[in-house]
Amino acid sequence: MAKEKISAEKLHEICYSCGIETIWQRYDAQDPHCGFGTLGLCCKNCNLGPCRIDPFGEGPQVGTCGANADTISARNLARHAAAGSACHSDHGREIARTLLLFGQGKAPSYAIKSEEKLKKVAGEYGIKIEGRKNEEIAVDLGNAMLADFGKQNEAPVFFKRAPKKQQKIWKNLKIVPQGIDRPIVEMMSRTNIGVDADYKNIMLGTMKTSLADGWAGSMIATEASDILFGAPQAIRSQVNLGVLKDDEVNIIIHGHVPLLSDVIVTATRDEEMLKLAKSKGAKGITIAGICCTANEILMRRGVPVAGSFLQQELAIATGAVEAMVVDLQCILPGLTTVASYFHTKLISTHPKAKFPGMEHIEFEEEKALEVAKEIVTKAIENYPKRDKKKVNIPKEKMELIAGFTAENIFYYLGGKYRGTYRPLNDAIISGRIRGVAGVVGCDNPKIQSSKAHMQMVKELIKHDVLVVQTGCSALACAREGLLVPEAAGKFAGKGIQEVCEAVGIPPVLHLGSCVDNSRILIACTNMVKEGGIGEGIDELPVAGAAPEWMSEKAIAIGWYFVASGALVVFGNEFPVSGSKNMMKYVTEDVEKVTGGKWAFEKDPIKGAHIIIKHIDKKRKALKLGDVMYKSETTKAK
Amino acid sequence: MSKIVAAAAMRGAKALVTEAEKLVNKAIEEKGKDQKLEFPETAFFLPMANALLGAEVKTLNEALPILKEAKSLLHDEPTKDLWLPYLGGALDSGIAALLAEEIICAIRYLKGIEPQPDCNGFFTDTILRTLGIQLVDGRMPGFAAILGAAPDNKTAVEIVREFQKRSIMTFVGSSSNGKSIIDQLKEEKVEMGWDTYIVPYGRDTISLIYPLHWAIRGALTFGGIKAGNAKDCLMYCKERVFAFGLALGPLDDIKYASGAGAINMGFPVIADTEIPEIKPTGICTYEHLVKEFDYKKIVQKCIEVRGVKVKVAKIPIPVSYSAAFEGERVRREQMYAQFGGKFSSAFEYVRTKELNEVLDGKIEVVGPEIDEMKEGAAFPLGIVVDVAGRKMQHDFEPILERQMHSFLNEAMGLFHMGQRNMCWIRISKEAQKKGFKMKHFGTILHARFHDTYGKIVDKAQVTIYTKKEDVERIMPEAVKVYEERDTRLAGMTDESIDTFYSCTLCQSFAPNHVCIVKPERSGLCGAYSWLDAKACFELNPTGPNQPIKKLQVLDAERGEWKGVNDFINQTSNKTLERFHGYSIMTFPETSCGCFECIIAILPEANGFMVVNREYAGFTPAGMKFSTLAGSVGGGNQTPGFMGVGRLYTISKKFLSADGGLKRLVWMPKELKEALSGKLKKRCEEEGVPDLFDKIADETVATESEALVKTLQEKNHPALTLPPLM
Repeated sequence: MAKEKISAEKLHEICYSCGIETIWQRYDAQDPHCGFGTLGLCCKNCNLGPCRIDPFGEGPQVGTCGANADTISARNLARHAAAGSACHSDHGREIARTLLLFGQGKAPSYAIKSEEKLKKVAGEYGIKIEGRKNEEIAVDLGNAMLADFGKQNEAPVFFKRAPKKQQKIWKNLKIVPQGIDRPIVEMMSRTNIGVDADYKNIMLGTMKTSLADGWAGSMIATEASDILFGAPQAIRSQVNLGVLKDDEVNIIIHGHVPLLSDVIVTATRDEEMLKLAKSKGAKGITIAGICCTANEILMRRGVPVAGSFLQQELAIATGAVEAMVVDLQCILPGLTTVASYFHTKLISTHPKAKFPGMEHIEFEEEKALEVAKEIVTKAIENYPKRDKKKVNIPKEKMELIAGFTAENIFYYLGGKYRGTYRPLNDAIISGRIRGVAGVVGCDNPKIQSSKAHMQMVKELIKHDVLVVQTGCSALACAREGLLVPEAAGKFAGKGIQEVCEAVGIPPVLHLGSCVDNSRILIACTNMVKEGGIGEGIDELPVAGAAPEWMSEKAIAIGWYFVASGALVVFGNEFPVSGSKNMMKYVTEDVEKVTGGKWAFEKDPIKGAHIIIKHIDKKRKALKLGDVMYKSETTKAK
Repeated sequence: MSKIVAAAAMRGAKALVTEAEKLVNKAIEEKGKDQKLEFPETAFFLPMANALLGAEVKTLNEALPILKEAKSLLHDEPTKDLWLPYLGGALDSGIAALLAEEIICAIRYLKGIEPQPDCNGFFTDTILRTLGIQLVDGRMPGFAAILGAAPDNKTAVEIVREFQKRSIMTFVGSSSNGKSIIDQLKEEKVEMGWDTYIVPYGRDTISLIYPLHWAIRGALTFGGIKAGNAKDCLMYCKERVFAFGLALGPLDDIKYASGAGAINMGFPVIADTEIPEIKPTGICTYEHLVKEFDYKKIVQKCIEVRGVKVKVAKIPIPVSYSAAFEGERVRREQMYAQFGGKFSSAFEYVRTKELNEVLDGKIEVVGPEIDEMKEGAAFPLGIVVDVAGRKMQHDFEPILERQMHSFLNEAMGLFHMGQRNMCWIRISKEAQKKGFKMKHFGTILHARFHDTYGKIVDKAQVTIYTKKEDVERIMPEAVKVYEERDTRLAGMTDESIDTFYSCTLCQSFAPNHVCIVKPERSGLCGAYSWLDAKACFELNPTGPNQPIKKLQVLDAERGEWKGVNDFINQTSNKTLERFHGYSIMTFPETSCGCFECIIAILPEANGFMVVNREYAGFTPAGMKFSTLAGSVGGGNQTPGFMGVGRLYTISKKFLSADGGLKRLVWMPKELKEALSGKLKKRCEEEGVPDLFDKIADETVATESEALVKTLQEKNHPALTLPPLM
């Protein structure tokens, strides 16, 4: 008999009582957080400073150079967005580069897993397809995608995908990015000492930089990953720390780029590796993901998810993890502290992301499978060192369905011969579905309840708003059982129930990792093309939210949605609230510019109602009738 | 697709594909792979495989790739818990079922066991051509495929008769509980065949493929869609072939699988048993799977769910009915009875109801029928038409209501004048003698509303009140609605909306002319108000009335908008570049030839005259209407001259950029009197209350010199305005 399993909460307590420091203690230790930083009123872009603006109006209202609160907070925000955009786009670049290497025969561990998508995307890039081998097409497409990054005078190819109306708006505002890298460089340059000081102009630049992320950098990451690792199909899996096994070698892959993680999954299924594991007394090898890498291999291979961003240290605290393999983004340097209490090997793999205290095994596309096997071998060899007394795998795990994309929705709604978005648009027009909300982003110890995602999403689906998700937000809701088809009957309004029952889908659809927010852009565009609910994304009854955002990437994502015409609700304000003008611009004025805008609301229920109200406003503008079924509002806390 | 339905369809498709495969293999074994496989008299091979896959199957061997495709479309049933999306898979299973059924039936032909006794079997290309065209061009409103058997023979007969009445072609077949509707009808001696619109296809569900074959060939033949262009073929069926399935009795897996195939074609299924309904729309135009237990309502339900537009071929009334009788008068001595006018209270009222509140074709006379009315007398009358339709809007009510005038007038021996609670109706002695009854008002209106407004009217029922207390009870409701409508129209200004409508109806004879229909200026023929044009656009989105977004206002005073300029440039075939809505002097609206009135400049009077078509005499412009008309029409901008509708004279936008109503110096007496009430009000609004009396008519002057003289005497304000030229 195995001992009775503890709960995840209990694991948390165990860490605390053993003095193992985790993100929550470190967060508390930072309290109170720097007020100037929170308000965005601190500038350290040059050596005239650092300068800060007195938010109470008594001390200085301008920095040494004369920049006021508007300029300083705008510059800070712009740099955040540029960093976020850079992060996603660099991810995209790596996948595109691997596609090229594969085509050149230099990356034999990979394959073209979606020929259909290779040809479709190559077609969009104007690459000849007929009579050519996949490898030849891959070379051309890899090169063309990489060229998008360095373009100087024209927009990346995927900008053609956007609705005509958005393209026109961007053109008129002169915020169509030329290339993907250039707007990021430009943003670093224009926020330098003595360059752009007009907050409105800086925000236009911010939107340009962010658009390069959503409609190019991230989109390339998504599309090239679909080509190399397979276009996702709806797939079953499990989520939460309970997916780790008592009697198997547990390997956790954490980070973002699927280049290594996908190959590691392959390596763990290798007969030789399984034999080795058995020789060490393990019954098998369990691989589980954390953060967006988890989402990448969940979407395409159904690999179970150990946890989201916030759970990375807890995963090690289970005492049952032989190795945690990381690449880049959202990896806490604090991991090494937690790991020092356990036998867990931490292995960094990316030349751009090394961590003191981690073993580094550098990943190279050219010998991916070799590296993967080396890592898996190390994990297996670590299994005998597991201290059974320290093993505390929580019992919680939950089923989920993942694997939805902007493309496969066509099939799920109409089959092979009638593939269409019509049923979705019809459901919106008839009021069965009020609208669609994308609830995405990180999880954050700042949000005390840690359930903001779940509360917001439940409130939305209860009011017949269909929810699409990505990233750690999707994982948070999956843990609460919202991503199973049965959730429709339990939590959703009657209209969504009818649609879910007709199609066989959950009321909350998992669309992938954080770069896969680009799938939401395409889904919105498909809705526009299907017709009847507006000529542009700004007219659609849709909105986005990141109730627990923390990464700069979230700022870039939010901005590309706002620039594309959507309302975006953040749980916490981003650091501009020290400037009244900036707050007014981002929450009101920008709506007249792009049709989108920001809102900030800590209470997830209230946040949900900001979205519902916005969707109702859009419905009214489209002259759509009332929603078909009434629902009750949950009392906001 | 509910999970239960999806699972059943997936099982059914699997069974059908397995059977088809078994049959093909066995036949190959027995007859060799090159054995011919075909349906009689068709150039479309196996039509479903031809349309969807572009395949030209002529032999058993060539059926194998079709089976391979069908197999690839099969899916495992959704799991009990944690199921994956199943709608796509269920629809695929439906296609697999159709492909398999087609092969099974072809093999039956090979074996000589089709057509089944009393049944038609495969529908040949000849039938496709002769009857199919009627189906896709709308002459035949739709076709019903009945599967199974009614609970009893009587119900079976009633259902097919209901379809027959509506000219809906009915294919009968399949069985439930061991009984087929074919035998039910046979037992009741119902005549079946193409002539009677009741065609038996076969006693099993597999032979349902015959009517579906027929529909898909429609896409290839009449739609001109290339074989193999599957989605277009299926969409053609959805958009153009108004078919649906009616499942009588319990459904089995094969019926569900065939139903899923039909749904791919946009054909919904209505059942009389407890089934899981599929209401969200999208693959079909409306609901996909619906139940209706009440046999009295089941035909209605079918019509509603498929959106079949019913046409009544011949209006079943005992007097002749034709547009030729529209102008016919019934004089007092010819009259049997009359209603309204100044003789009794009467009203006509069209109101919108929910679909479930209207029983289509229901006509009820509350109170005495005509035979109980005394000859030569006047009686109270209230005609209330309840209409329902998915596209019906309250804005359309007055449009339908106004048509009651001509609809009723076209019956011989019926005279109708006026509208609303000011209507006046007479029935002639001769009509009464021929058997014309009060209920026939309903018969006419039901038929004509369906016929003329089929796009918006799905259902219509008529109640005719002939008792005084009823008429007095209901009339206030109607009057209230009339007033609301008037307020809504009156409150509507050019500025209050962002879209005008074009009318290019007359481009057949004035190729460059476009009417810009605005709330404050109807079409020049007087027939199209802004609301009418809006309604027409909704009825016929590709028709002559197109929405024109005003966009940027270029000149508010003269009425120039960017959107209108762009539009007019495009639709006038680039002959016109600019348009001023409120001026006759700069870029005025063009005219076709249908105008009710002409406005013409009178430079000596520094004003304008309006002359209506009915006025035959000379005008101060020195010409008669007919001569003037020659220089106004043809789609050219002729500053100083313009064709308009009568009511434009009392619009606030009447030549508003050129000085407005104060410029009006002459108009024929008849027109002036007809408009007097509203015209006087407008004069007051313009700040010249006595202007009405200052406007001259033919009794004062018919040539310019005399006109100017009387204007001077009366001190007409036009003379003090800035010079026009």
